[in-house]
Amino acid sequence: MSEQKVFLIFQDTADARPFIEALEQENPAATFDYQPGMVRIDGMGELKVTRDVVSEKAGRDMDLQELHLTLVSLSGNIDEDDDYFSISRH
Amino acid sequence: MSIQIASKEIKPLRLNYAHIARRMGGDTKPASRYQEAVLDVQPTTNFHYPPTWEPNKQLFDVTRTAIVMNDWHTFADPRQYYYTSYVTARAKQQEVMDNSFEMLEKHGLWKTIPDSVLNTIRQVLVPLRHYEYGANLNNQDICDRGYGAPITSLASFNGFDRIGMAQYISRIALLIDENEETSLQAAREAWLHDAAWQPLRHAIEDSFVLDDWMEIMVAQNIVMDGFIYPLIYGRIIPQLANQGAGALLMLTQFMSEWYDETVRWSNQLMKVISAESPENASLLKQWVSTWTARIEPAITPIAALALGDQASAVVASVKQELLTRLGKNGVAV
Repeated sequence: MSEQKVFLIFQDTADARPFIEALEQENPAATFDYQPGMVRIDGMGELKVTRDVVSEKAGRDMDLQELHLTLVSLSGNIDEDDDYFSISRH
Repeated sequence: MSIQIASKEIKPLRLNYAHIARRMGGDTKPASRYQEAVLDVQPTTNFHYPPTWEPNKQLFDVTRTAIVMNDWHTFADPRQYYYTSYVTARAKQQEVMDNSFEMLEKHGLWKTIPDSVLNTIRQVLVPLRHYEYGANLNNQDICDRGYGAPITSLASFNGFDRIGMAQYISRIALLIDENEETSLQAAREAWLHDAAWQPLRHAIEDSFVLDDWMEIMVAQNIVMDGFIYPLIYGRIIPQLANQGAGALLMLTQFMSEWYDETVRWSNQLMKVISAESPENASLLKQWVSTWTARIEPAITPIAALALGDQASAVVASVKQELLTRLGKNGVAV
């Protein structure tokens, strides 16, 4: 795992909230920058969310693919499955 | 010539209403819609008149239950249902159910179900519409006399769900009778007079007149449903599906989904209330054991209508599941 920057940018909407909260919980080292209308999440090396935590935050069973509905941009190599979504640098 | 577009950020001075900011311990991030819908919505003071039907109590009164909470907003619905999220979720599910009914009717899929299985459906499933209606009354009663908006709003939504499920059961009856009312009438007779149904009817009618609304919550939404749903929709219907009534699984899909939801919020409610104080925990324990003892023998004859001699064993396993689940959430009986 190289220590390079990866980031995710979400729209600042109610739909994105479960993802943002789950990222906050699962990536304590990440920084959250609330800009007008969007939230920029920067991490070193890796950012990861799991489906269980997102579902818990949303209060229903979520499909992780729903993150694309509120995602503005991302940088990093995606590794994803039904149960987790992560970006890192290879 | 190039145009530089600069974005200018205007920070709002406040993100939340003051009462919500106080609840959230600061005004650092915006509250969710659910939080705005329930937090401090419960009226607590300045009631003009004491209710004429209960002059010794206030209009909204914490003493209508023996459960004592320091703060009735400690519990939050894990599903985060407020009006919009609830209605949106149910509208989606309703569309799926409607499609299922339509498809079955169009292709006459229920015609392939053997008569013996149809009779079991008539005997075991159809009378439950009266049970659902009773559950609606209980939940609306909790909403009426309860305290704490997160709990009363949930009870109200729950009551609506029960009406909906009573209607689904009625539609199943009309479907298998090709729109004749024979099954509906027979189910009403069974509910009123058939020996197998009387203990359950007696239990639910006794729950109508309980004074303590939290006891109604435990009796109805946790104990009775905790027996009926896993038994009927978790055991009996899958068995009937194996005997050729596969179509039935589609028509009761909502009930299974609904019960999964119920398990989630009721676990949370038990956890929060029992963690508040040992007195609360022992009250919950007492109600659970009273109603479990009452309901187990009451639904065994109903289970026997479908399962014959295995009924007692199946009901016992359902009971064990319920007690294990409650044990994990602070109510060990």
